[in-house]
Amino acid sequence: MSKLIQINPTQTGPKYWRSLGELYNKPEFRDWVDSEFAGGAAETLDQGSRRNVLKLMAASFGLAGLTACRRPEEKILPHSKGLEGFIPGKPDRYASAYTLSGVASGILVETYDGRPTKIDGNDKHPTSFGASTALTQASILSMYDPDRSKEVLKGGVPSSWKAFTEGSKSVNPGEGLAILSEINNSPSLTAMKQFVMGKYPNARWVEYEPVNYGGAAAGSALAFGAGVDAHPQFDKAKVILSLDYDFLGIDSPTTLVTRQFAQGRRIDEHAETMNRLYIAEGQFSLTGAMADHRLRMKVSEVKSFAMQLGEALGVLPAGLNVLGNTDKKTKFLNALAKDLKANQGAALVVAGPRQPAVVHAIAHLINSSLGAPVVFTKSATGGEDPVAAIKALAADMSSGAVSTLVILGGNPVFTAPADTQFGAALAKVKTSIHLGLELDETAKAASWHVPQAHTLECWGDGSAIDGTVTIQQPMIEPLYGGKSAIELLAMLFGAPSAKGFEIVKNYWMSAFTGDKEAAWRTALHDGVVAGSASAELKPGADAGRVKAAAAAEPKASGSGFEVSFYPSATCYDGRYANNGWMQECPDPMTKIIWGNAALVSPKTARDKGFKDDDMVKINANGGSITIPVMVQPGMADNAVWLNLGYGRRSIGRVGEGVGVNVYPIRTTGGFWFAEGATVEKTGETFSIATTQEYHRMEEPTLPIPTNFKRPIVREATLEEYKKNPKFAEEMVEHPPLNSIYGDWKYDKGFQWGMAIDLNACTGCNACIIACQSENNIPIVGKKEVMRGREMHWIRMDRYYTGTEDDPQAVTQPVNCQQCENAPCENVCPVAATVHSPEGLNDMAYNRCVGTRYCANNCPYKVRRFNFFNWHKNITEVEKMVHNPDVSVRMRGVMEKCTYCTQRISQGKIQLKADARRAGKAVELKDGYITTACQDACPAEAIAFGNILDPESKVAKMKKQERNYAMLAELNVKPRTTYLAKLRNPNPELA
Amino acid sequence: MANDPRQHPLLEVNPPLVQGPQTYHAITQAVSEISEGATPRKWYILTGITGSITLMLFGMLTWLVANGIGVWGNNAPVYWAWDITNFVFWIGIGHAGTLISAILFLFRQKWRTSINRSAEAMTLFAVACAMIFPLFHTGRPWRAIYWLGPLPNTDTGMWQNFRSPLMWDVFAVSTYATVSALFWYVGLVPDLATLRDRATGLREKIFHAASLGWRGSARHWRNYEMAYLILAAISTPLVLSVHTIVSFDFATSIIPGWHTTIFPPYFVAGAIFSGFACVLTLLIIARWSLNLEHLITLKHLENMNKVILVTGWVVGLAYATEFFIAWYSGNPYEKFAFINRAFGPYWWAYWTMITCNVVSPNFFWFKKLRNSIPVMFVLSIVVNIGMWFERFVIIATSLHRDFLPSSWGYFRPTYVDICTFIGTIGLFLTLFLLFCRFLPIIAIGEVKGVLAEQRNPAPGVHTTSQVVDPKFEPVALVSNGGGH
Repeated sequence: MSKLIQINPTQTGPKYWRSLGELYNKPEFRDWVDSEFAGGAAETLDQGSRRNVLKLMAASFGLAGLTACRRPEEKILPHSKGLEGFIPGKPDRYASAYTLSGVASGILVETYDGRPTKIDGNDKHPTSFGASTALTQASILSMYDPDRSKEVLKGGVPSSWKAFTEGSKSVNPGEGLAILSEINNSPSLTAMKQFVMGKYPNARWVEYEPVNYGGAAAGSALAFGAGVDAHPQFDKAKVILSLDYDFLGIDSPTTLVTRQFAQGRRIDEHAETMNRLYIAEGQFSLTGAMADHRLRMKVSEVKSFAMQLGEALGVLPAGLNVLGNTDKKTKFLNALAKDLKANQGAALVVAGPRQPAVVHAIAHLINSSLGAPVVFTKSATGGEDPVAAIKALAADMSSGAVSTLVILGGNPVFTAPADTQFGAALAKVKTSIHLGLELDETAKAASWHVPQAHTLECWGDGSAIDGTVTIQQPMIEPLYGGKSAIELLAMLFGAPSAKGFEIVKNYWMSAFTGDKEAAWRTALHDGVVAGSASAELKPGADAGRVKAAAAAEPKASGSGFEVSFYPSATCYDGRYANNGWMQECPDPMTKIIWGNAALVSPKTARDKGFKDDDMVKINANGGSITIPVMVQPGMADNAVWLNLGYGRRSIGRVGEGVGVNVYPIRTTGGFWFAEGATVEKTGETFSIATTQEYHRMEEPTLPIPTNFKRPIVREATLEEYKKNPKFAEEMVEHPPLNSIYGDWKYDKGFQWGMAIDLNACTGCNACIIACQSENNIPIVGKKEVMRGREMHWIRMDRYYTGTEDDPQAVTQPVNCQQCENAPCENVCPVAATVHSPEGLNDMAYNRCVGTRYCANNCPYKVRRFNFFNWHKNITEVEKMVHNPDVSVRMRGVMEKCTYCTQRISQGKIQLKADARRAGKAVELKDGYITTACQDACPAEAIAFGNILDPESKVAKMKKQERNYAMLAELNVKPRTTYLAKLRNPNPELA
Repeated sequence: MANDPRQHPLLEVNPPLVQGPQTYHAITQAVSEISEGATPRKWYILTGITGSITLMLFGMLTWLVANGIGVWGNNAPVYWAWDITNFVFWIGIGHAGTLISAILFLFRQKWRTSINRSAEAMTLFAVACAMIFPLFHTGRPWRAIYWLGPLPNTDTGMWQNFRSPLMWDVFAVSTYATVSALFWYVGLVPDLATLRDRATGLREKIFHAASLGWRGSARHWRNYEMAYLILAAISTPLVLSVHTIVSFDFATSIIPGWHTTIFPPYFVAGAIFSGFACVLTLLIIARWSLNLEHLITLKHLENMNKVILVTGWVVGLAYATEFFIAWYSGNPYEKFAFINRAFGPYWWAYWTMITCNVVSPNFFWFKKLRNSIPVMFVLSIVVNIGMWFERFVIIATSLHRDFLPSSWGYFRPTYVDICTFIGTIGLFLTLFLLFCRFLPIIAIGEVKGVLAEQRNPAPGVHTTSQVVDPKFEPVALVSNGGGH
């Protein structure tokens, strides 16, 4: 810049001055000018000739365009589509990492001109396989959250980075320094930790997250010794028992488990058999819905059940403190034990995070006796139990032993166990520095708060459950000038470099061998650091230690009222509370949105006189909360289930005051569950909003029963399927489906279709958020959802079958079925919805006048109407998350799933361009064009493609005998078809 | 005294259509005076009330257009609710007007003469109320207003979708509105001339223009009668077609409870049923407040009660047939839809409908009740409540639970729904009050024709309707619209 502007030494006209410094042109003044006005800009102060002004204007116009691009300064490398010849308006995809509860997932981030818009799974990552969870995908909206922390706070009052830099110099790094981090899985953060600890050996490092896997870690420590992670190989197991482990749902932070499980469940031309899943659990989880046999019991009773199973399998001695058996339980146990034994080498027992160490240890013991498919590695995260750690930390904070506390992310004031009194303890700490994304409870309580950079805004790294490291690349410069944890530590404790990029790169340059630069570039490009997966261990289980621990376990009372805590599938531990997508994403089983509820079984509700929406007061763990009740089928009796993460008092416009905070009754002793709770009605009511009522496919209770079981989700046992593979299609008898006009032959070009395997779908909601992110689907708020106006283009239907107490449940994703004979099309008076030659049911938004007739006539009710202008009150920053390829719909217009028509168009254009360049005919490779829901699905349940191509996955799936079209009897000829669900029950338990 | 015509045994059965000592002048006087005298205070009060309600309607529609359909209670899956219920309700109300004017005219039912004018006016006002809804229920009425016009539009360069029943609706209802207006206006011309001849000043000028140069010549009458006959013939199929096409909105869909072939006759019967009930309500008030008991006689009212009784049974039969077919068809979705209609969450709406539409008309089996003004007044209102519920039941209960239980819902109206509906009642009444105040509410010329026949029966014909009091003055054979 200084070269651009010539200094003109001759002054024209009289000299005006603004200060004595300027008048005498003292060096101090020169310095001030230089620091205040970068580079040559200072020259204009008194060198204002016409030529210079014009030059400067030209330069600033030239640079004005650049300021609009919020590209990060450092070089980041694209993943699959090259940066060579960057084309504006065409997205690039970059590999990065997203970390939740100390587990990183590999992600690909779609960015348009330096603006990230969508997160997908990284197909090169060994635990992502290209799939992604709902939470991972929704994190992009959290980045554009207009309520994020934007400035430094001192004692809750806006301050500045400069003041913080000054203020933090007075931090006494010697005695009394404590650093509270989230669960750390990052090698570079670990290196930074070592740097800090090396410099200040008396400092302490504590890791805590409200949702953690401390029980599992302690369990493997009990069985094998510390530092061992167990990785059950679900794809290799034929019989699986889950001990209160919702591994298909919220208990698993990655998509790996679902992928593996679905592989073991898939029936196709290659596989004729499938795994069998047993589960013993309290809440009716997604895993419970998938299970072939489910035994409901309170969370505290699972321990006793595990011991009984251990006894039955002969791995534990008889005579342990176990609960008595009911007939059902005995039968279940015997059949299960027999089945597990019969499948030596392919039987697997897994325990969930709510279960204490001993249950995990018993599971390990059983697994080693069965030769279960489990891989062991060195643990990727630290060893100390997070609950004990935060308890000790809070005690030291209260006693004054901690004078300086640095909180690296998280919101411990809200999430720490109630008995630690973390908020009060924090007030006793002289200097507390909180790094956080939001202006949350901790930000307001700490003496300093500094804004944190979002995962997509800063450099970092993280290891996946198998230890594979992914380097986290920023996609955009921090929107609000936040810093990452490593940057803050570097700044506070004087690391050699304070720039995130340098810290991360330097760390890896020292870790790589050989051509370091190439290794670094490859790691960035692939999103995987080659060879970083943890080495496999072959630890031997210490049976004696586990037996002793089991024998020492006190007997569960089994009689009291139990309360237990679950991470919310939507808000998780509370971090997603201000994320509209997640607030409006229905809970997979209860279908609650915008809030949480105390879930009780129908019998408990009858005994206690509870109805849906009754407010109840729950006293447990020495605290009490008031929360509305929801009766859920399939829950264990005499117990109540609570979802964490709601009832945030301080977070922002979306999440504030939504739901009830259950942390006040969560203590270190009753961290996951506690007995001896009391629950009583307060007499008040509160409206819980759900997207779906408690529906079964059988008719609801009407005075004249019709005994009609709607053939919507079609299901059979594996045995029945083998006897009659075409059972699904034959489930409905209907007259021949003829039209008086000849049907249009869709036999040319591409004919798009979709097949959804209900046997694989777990109902995890990943597709819902993927669709929301891809198609700019607005959120409408609780009041509007209660009026049935939610906008999701793909929804997850959940139906119960069987009895209220012991039901089974099925999930079914439903999007627009793209009927060839679409009933919505002929009724539209303005031809706003018409058929494309490729078999798509197109929506022309510009033509739509909003009669809503099409939605009335849609038998699947997949059409969504803009009852209001849902985009009216969104901020500029929220608009940045929109996909520029998809129009934002105005009010009064109908919309629905398009099979991601923008992707189809893009793909076809690219194919044509490629074909022309190569001088060949256009050829579509299967999988070249995908829908967002298909990309996200961890179970690979959704296939999309050209149904005329016999080699395409979708055509192959449709050829399977389980294939059926929902409501085919209406002769609407849907392009989306379903593969019927199968269960594999144990004949002994039939 | 056996030959005294006043003692004629058939008088009991068929009383004269014009009662009391009547002359042509007296009839002219009685009808014209209503619009010529000073405006009564109670008219101001009533119009003030209904006018305010109409203003509320405009307010609600403005609010609707400003914010979106979301201000109503419509939701997924009940995308249509009170909006289309009100539309079908008002269209149905209109039917009695055309039926009375056209079909009864063609069948030479002389008893229609004193009620046809107000019935036709009612048709027009009801259609005006009805037409609000197809336009304003759309998400983007500013586009719908020209998109739905039968023009290839310049915006997208294409025609509308003529396969859509909603498109048919646009044509059916606009044709109906046009023909009804023409028919009504042609019938008005002689009477406007009567008013013109009695008026002075501005009134005279307005009526002069409006009466299109009517002089009451025989040639005028001949052309008039022919025009009226032709318009009656054109209107007659419309009585059947409009509600048939409205019913196609539902019948051509695939939703259980909608997808049924019985709808056209069922809707037409229902429309006549509700239309007669509405005419009845209004006439009872009008004849009482405007002292027209001698022109709108008990016989008129009784005849209408008979029509209500018959159409009530037709409607009841249709309800029963629907249930029978639901069972007989073997379609489980259909079967569920109907059981759900009667016993599901909207049971109260269904049984309100049955009580009002099927049970209540049976009181009219009894002559005494058929001739009781309070009874028929209450029942006419009850029938209209029932018919509103019929449309609500068809629309909302079919939509709220269709094929996939996951999408089931429940509709609750908002205050905007309620106020919009009340507002249309206000608009309807305001228009009717304006009509009563400014135009001849009874077809003067036609009543005179009936009176003439009563006095001078055609040779060889002896019916009780021709019985006259011999004291009354003789009259010319051709009644003169110009009056005495």
